[in-house]
Amino acid sequence: MTTIQDTQHAPGTLTVQDLSVHYGPKQALNPVSMLIPGHKVTALIGPSGCGKSTFLRSLNRMNEMILGCKVNGKVELDGEPIYGAGIDPVRVRRRIGMVFQKSNPFPKSIFENVAYGLRIGGINDKQDLSEKVERALTQAALWDEAKDRLGESALGLSGGQQQRLCIARALAVEPEVLLMDEPASALDPIATAHIEELIHELASRYTVVIVTHNMQQAARVSHHTAFFYMGDLIEFGATNTIFTKPQQSKTEDYITGRFG
Amino acid sequence: MALREHTDREYEHELRQLREQLLVMGSQVERIIGDSIRALQDRDEGLAKQVISTDRAVDRMEVELDGLCLQILAKRQPVASDLRFITLVLKVVTDLERIADLGVNICERVIELGSEPPLKPYVDIPRMGIDVQAMLRDVLDALVAKDPEKARQTIEKDKVVDALYAQVFRELLTFMMESGSNVYRATRLQSIAKYLERMGDHTTNLAEMVIFMVEGNDIRHLESRGEDPASESTKN
Repeated sequence: MTTIQDTQHAPGTLTVQDLSVHYGPKQALNPVSMLIPGHKVTALIGPSGCGKSTFLRSLNRMNEMILGCKVNGKVELDGEPIYGAGIDPVRVRRRIGMVFQKSNPFPKSIFENVAYGLRIGGINDKQDLSEKVERALTQAALWDEAKDRLGESALGLSGGQQQRLCIARALAVEPEVLLMDEPASALDPIATAHIEELIHELASRYTVVIVTHNMQQAARVSHHTAFFYMGDLIEFGATNTIFTKPQQSKTEDYITGRFG
Repeated sequence: MALREHTDREYEHELRQLREQLLVMGSQVERIIGDSIRALQDRDEGLAKQVISTDRAVDRMEVELDGLCLQILAKRQPVASDLRFITLVLKVVTDLERIADLGVNICERVIELGSEPPLKPYVDIPRMGIDVQAMLRDVLDALVAKDPEKARQTIEKDKVVDALYAQVFRELLTFMMESGSNVYRATRLQSIAKYLERMGDHTTNLAEMVIFMVEGNDIRHLESRGEDPASESTKN
């Protein structure tokens, strides 16, 4: 198994063993084993169709929503299995939240967007809701901009603010892991810088796994980087090493722009 | 490490241009070493002056290469072996330029010695020159061929140059003790030997950089970094 030795025992550690994914007859991900360290940022890079997003979605059972998708292997969060009979995928997704490429706020107020998951989870106490919404918005670095307009529609926010709102929404239910699928690809450089700074801060409380096509972004925000190619995990290691002295020639070719 | 070409041809072109210009600069410096020694042996003031003017071209190349590196860094954000190559060029040009300056210093001493009769037949100083020139040639070859072994051999060769310098120094000392009238010429020759010894040191720096570029391991100052230099020397 590809492991990062020194951080194995931090909370929020994901252990992946022989995880493979088929879409119908097509194998999208060959068996992958790796240990994603807790309270660190792990970046997944690789060309389109390499399996990185498939891998990411397998970490909180989002692939099950795709018809004909079959997942084999094991994923454990702090030793507890994610897959298995009797394990509720909804509960899994509360522990392992997700933020998508395109921000997708609900056509509701800013407050209700963040409170949505909490209400579904059975929290209705006004005081409690307010506190949790404020904390989530603060953690997502949106509180100062949003505190005076909590009742306004979320759709009135800028693209970068909407993406931070989606991060706040994911954080509100207090997950342990945050999965991000190209969270900044649709944003301008300043909004991107805000998101990247936020990712840095989130790593002190959450395990962050981020898929990105922007290699400089992977180099900037992550502690560890995994390179996927044609459904295989080619290399996984410290980001500092991957971007200065990768071990595999395929990684070298990809990150230096010598592919295809 | 046979790398494929970049998908972006313009980038590939920029890197090739950088490599070629670096080699042109390297061969100029190599020639400066040879010519400065020839000027000494032949007591050729004209050649010495010519070397001094060639050095200006080397200075220009240093500035140009630095500029190219900065452009590539700004535009391409190179990583991995490309990043190591570009940072290597930034440092290599500095050492090459120093070596050329030392060649100029030799020529200045040659001009001072000008009309004086030779103190003695020159044997060890030209040998130092030949060795240093060969070291530089080997390092540039190692750079092109991405051959860390060749670079390691260069580092070994520097010990020979150091030993020759010590020998020249002792010999010149006896000349100076023999007669006060030898001092003027002996101190000039001693300086020349010292310049050559310094050139060897700069070339050793280059060899260490080539090893870093190819292998990604920094082998400089292993002892002061608390690592065992023996583990590096076993690779020889």
